[in-house]
Parts: sequence; structure tokens; C-alpha cells
Amino acid sequence: MIVAEQKSLDEIRSLLRGKRKVLAVGCGTCVAVCFAGGKREVGVLASALRMAGQLDGSPVEVDELTVQRQCEAEYIEALKDKLADYDAVLSLGCGVGVQTIAEHYDGATVLPALNTKFMGGPTEQGVWLERCQGCGACLLDYTGGICPISRCPKQLQNGPCGGTDAGGRCEVDATMPCAWHLIWEKMDKLHRQDELLEVRPPKDWSTSRDGGVRRIVRDDLRKPKLESGA
Amino acid sequence: MSEPAAVANTTTNASLKAGSNLERLLAAGEFVVTGEIGPPKGCDAEVVRHKAELLKGYVDAANITDNQTAIVRMSSIATGLIVQQAGIEPIIQMTCRDRNRLAMQSDILGAAALGMKNVLCLSGDHQSFGNHPGAKNVHDLDSMQLIRMFQEMRDKGVFQCGEEISGGGPRLFIGAAANPFGDPIPIRPLRLKKKAIAGADFIQTQLIYDMDTFRAFMKRAVELGVPETTRILAGVGPLKSAGAARYMRDKVPGMKVPDAIVARMDNAVKDIPADDKKARAAAWRAEGIKLCIEQIRELREIPGVAGVHIMAIEWEEAVKPIAEGAGLLPRPKVS
Ligand code: SF4
Ligand code: SF4
Repeated sequence: MIVAEQKSLDEIRSLLRGKRKVLAVGCGTCVAVCFAGGKREVGVLASALRMAGQLDGSPVEVDELTVQRQCEAEYIEALKDKLADYDAVLSLGCGVGVQTIAEHYDGATVLPALNTKFMGGPTEQGVWLERCQGCGACLLDYTGGICPISRCPKQLQNGPCGGTDAGGRCEVDATMPCAWHLIWEKMDKLHRQDELLEVRPPKDWSTSRDGGVRRIVRDDLRKPKLESGA
Repeated sequence: MSEPAAVANTTTNASLKAGSNLERLLAAGEFVVTGEIGPPKGCDAEVVRHKAELLKGYVDAANITDNQTAIVRMSSIATGLIVQQAGIEPIIQMTCRDRNRLAMQSDILGAAALGMKNVLCLSGDHQSFGNHPGAKNVHDLDSMQLIRMFQEMRDKGVFQCGEEISGGGPRLFIGAAANPFGDPIPIRPLRLKKKAIAGADFIQTQLIYDMDTFRAFMKRAVELGVPETTRILAGVGPLKSAGAARYMRDKVPGMKVPDAIVARMDNAVKDIPADDKKARAAAWRAEGIKLCIEQIRELREIPGVAGVHIMAIEWEEAVKPIAEGAGLLPRPKVS
């Protein structure tokens, strides 16, 4: 899932400076699951904004709306007739959600209430870990299912580096396991350590963000184009 | 105990990969000594010349670090040229942190054009350790891929993309680093082997203070046949104080410093009053040099060790007494 975190109340309030009427829009998918922008978080943030506005004499009206998914046009239809009433939309969706609303309602000021962090998942209650950077050429087959692109700060493909310390912690962050330590251990368990001796050739980063803005076109799913004159 | 400066010439130039002084000495079976020069945080060439002066005649080649610990310094190739002009053969360090494959290839062509023949391929310390923690890192290639890229440039005369290098590839003696002490310990010799497979001609190890672990590492390296293709230089460095030993033991990732070494450094000042800072510093430094000499003598006896790499950054004066004390002077010459 996409994991996000709410901006501080101060930052959100500074984004909203001068706005009197705001629509806070939550998203019921990824950011709801990671407790950053679902219905509940929209409610809590809206009350905090109202209260803070009242306290310092700049009252702000905040209405709440949570859609099932902010990243697809059909799910944000619900905003259509409402937007004229508001000075701004405060989106509690991920960056994709914010952009989808902004693109579809180009007269609206859409402000992000979250910082979108990464693709990952929970590892324990209250902890989420990055697991994928969408490099576009997955190599998890070679690494026993552990991603060194997202989980090694140096994105080594033939790791580990020299800095792993006792207990296999990463040199960059001692609270994190070294991804390559995990990979070697996993491959040992799978009796496949020998494979790691093969030098993995340079990665083709053109499938990653380095290749430019990425998109997927699936002709099998596209609506057939009408023949001209038909 | 050192041999007189014999002129060995067992290999013809043609059979050498780069023909550097370092390569020729290794090919002649000499126990080599390399040192290290850290470029200044500025553009004063005099600083470099001074450091070179302190090493000249006591090492066969000197590493020129590349923005070490992610702190911006004079470029390693520019520093290398100054060092070379001062009469020491440089080993250009190159990290994967700051450059992509285009920059690395163009830089190595430039270095080769300037007459530099040795290169050391590194991943590089993470930028969070340095003075620009907000920098974007590159890591287009990793150190293994960098070794292989340089090898193919040299041996096949092609760029990483497969296109031909006009006029043929650069003649390079390719080095890499190895840390015998990083976890998990059992994979360290395998990773060393992998660097040999990738094309490393020589290896310099992390600072060694834990002899037992290093011996086990070398035993395994020999079993894996690493020294047959790749010369291994053992990394040593004189300790400046008990505090420095403690710091390395407790704080530096991937380093192992046995308690006995810390205790020995403590002992060196046990009869000197705590307020006599000067006397304590001198006693520590003397002990650090003594310890380093003992270590070199021990390392020399370990099968597969082809030389030592003395790291005395910001204490270049220590290299001479260490090399002398370990019986490594004068340095041999090869033609
Ligand atoms: S290898 Fe690439 S696609 Fe696969 S998990 Fe890692 S970043 Fe994602
Ligand atoms: S310690 Fe491991 S995870 Fe951390 S940078 Fe080095 S190889 Fe990557």
C-alpha cells in the first residue's frame, strides 16, 4: 500500500491561511489503512482545525467528506456540486489523490494534508516499512524476496557494503536491519547462496524514474477506437 | 631485515595489465606497502605536496580518497595528479555515491590520460555521515559493477554500453576494498571472492585489529583461491590514543577492536598524570606505532597477504617509523 503521514497541524494551518471555508476530503483506501487520511483522521483533523481557529480568533469552517478512493476520477464525482462553496479542498489522500482532485476540478485550490512517504506495509502495530520503489524491473527472484532497491540505502545489487555491524544492522541506520544481511541469510536457508556469487550486471534504470514519467498502456483493456466515419 | 633494494624484473611489461609500480612490485613477489593521502577541504596544492613529501620513499603507492566519509574535498583525480608530480604513484579512489556510469567512465579516461594507472572501486560512505546530509546519492552502479565495468573497459576496450573506446581502453590496475569484520562474518570471504570474480586485481582490507578473525578470513580466502587472481593487502593504522581505540570499538560500523588493544593503549599512559596531556599524547602515539609494527610483522606471516595498506590519515608522519620498524625500508625498485 501507499504509506503516508499527516503534516503537522501548524503546517496545515499555514497552508490554509486566509481560507474561511474548507472541505477536508479523506480517502478510504491506503491512507485509511495506515491511519493517515481515512474517515476517522479527517474527523480528528477537522475538529483540531476548528478548535485552533477559534482559539486564535481566525475561525475556519471545515466540512468533512471521505471517498472510497481519491486516485480515480469516478470516485471523486461526489465533490462536483460542492466545490463552489469552498475556498479550498484539503486532501487527506496520497499525492496521487491530491493530483486527481486538482486535475478534475481545475478551478479548485487543492492542498495536501499528508506527506506521501513510500510503498510498504506494516511490520508491527504502528510501524510501517518501505518495501518497494517501483523500479520497474523487479529483481526479487535474485534476492530471495527481499528488495535491496528500497531497503538498502545504497541500492546495492551485489551487497552488502562494508558497514554492516554486529547483529547485521545497517550502517546508515542502526535501527534497521541490513537488507543484504537478510538476503544472504535467506538465500542460505534456501540453499541458494551460490547464486549470489554471480556478479549482477548494472541495472537498467530506464524502467525506473530515470527513464522519465512512466505510464502503462494496455491495449487489451483500452476502449476500441471508433473507425473514422463509423 | 629487509632485502637490499633489489631490482627484480620477472615480468615483462606486456604481461602486465597496467604496468603501475604497484602492479610490477606485486608481480615480482615483493611485499608491498601502500599509504593514504586525504585531499584537503580546500584548493591548496601545497597541503597535498606536503603530505606526499611525508610518504615519499616509504610507500609504493598512495590511495587518494574520494570525498571520504561523504565530506567534500579536493577531487581525488586532481589530488592524484599533484601527488604523482611529487613522485608518488597514486591509487585513485572512486565511489559510487557521487557519480553515475557516464561520469565514472569519463573520469577514469581522464585519469588514465594523466598517467594514473591504479584505481580503487568503492560503494562510498552514505551521505548522512558527511557535511551534506541532504544530498541525493547516485549509486547507479555498485562497487562490484564498477570493478567489472573498468575491467571490460581495459580488457575489451568497450564502454559499459558495449561501444568501442576510441584508441583502446585505459590500462588500469583495479582495486577494491574488503571488510573481514562486517556481519555476517561467514559471508565476508565469499564477498571477497565475488570481487575477485568481478575483476579486482588487488584488495585493500579494512583496518585490522582483530588478528584471529582476520586469520580465519584469510584461511577461507586462500581456500577459495582468491590470492591466485587477486593480491590482498592487509589494512593497518596506528592508534592515536586509548580514546580513539574505544571510539573505533564502540562507534564505527563494521570495525572490530578487541578489548585487549584498548587495555594496552590504556596501559601506555598508566604512569603519566592525567593533567600531563602532552606526555600522554606522546606515549599513546609511541604505543600506537609500536602496536602497528607488531601487527605488520604478524600479518606478513599470514598466507595470502601480499602487502600492507597503512592508513595514517592526518598523521602521515607515522608512516616512516612504521615502515622502518617493520623492516620494510628501503622500498624495492622494479624496472
Ligand atoms: S526490485 Fe524494484 S519492483 Fe521489485 S520490490 Fe524492489 S523496487 Fe519494487
Ligand atoms: S549496511 Fe546493508 S543495507 Fe545498509 S547500506 Fe550497507 S549494504 Fe545497504
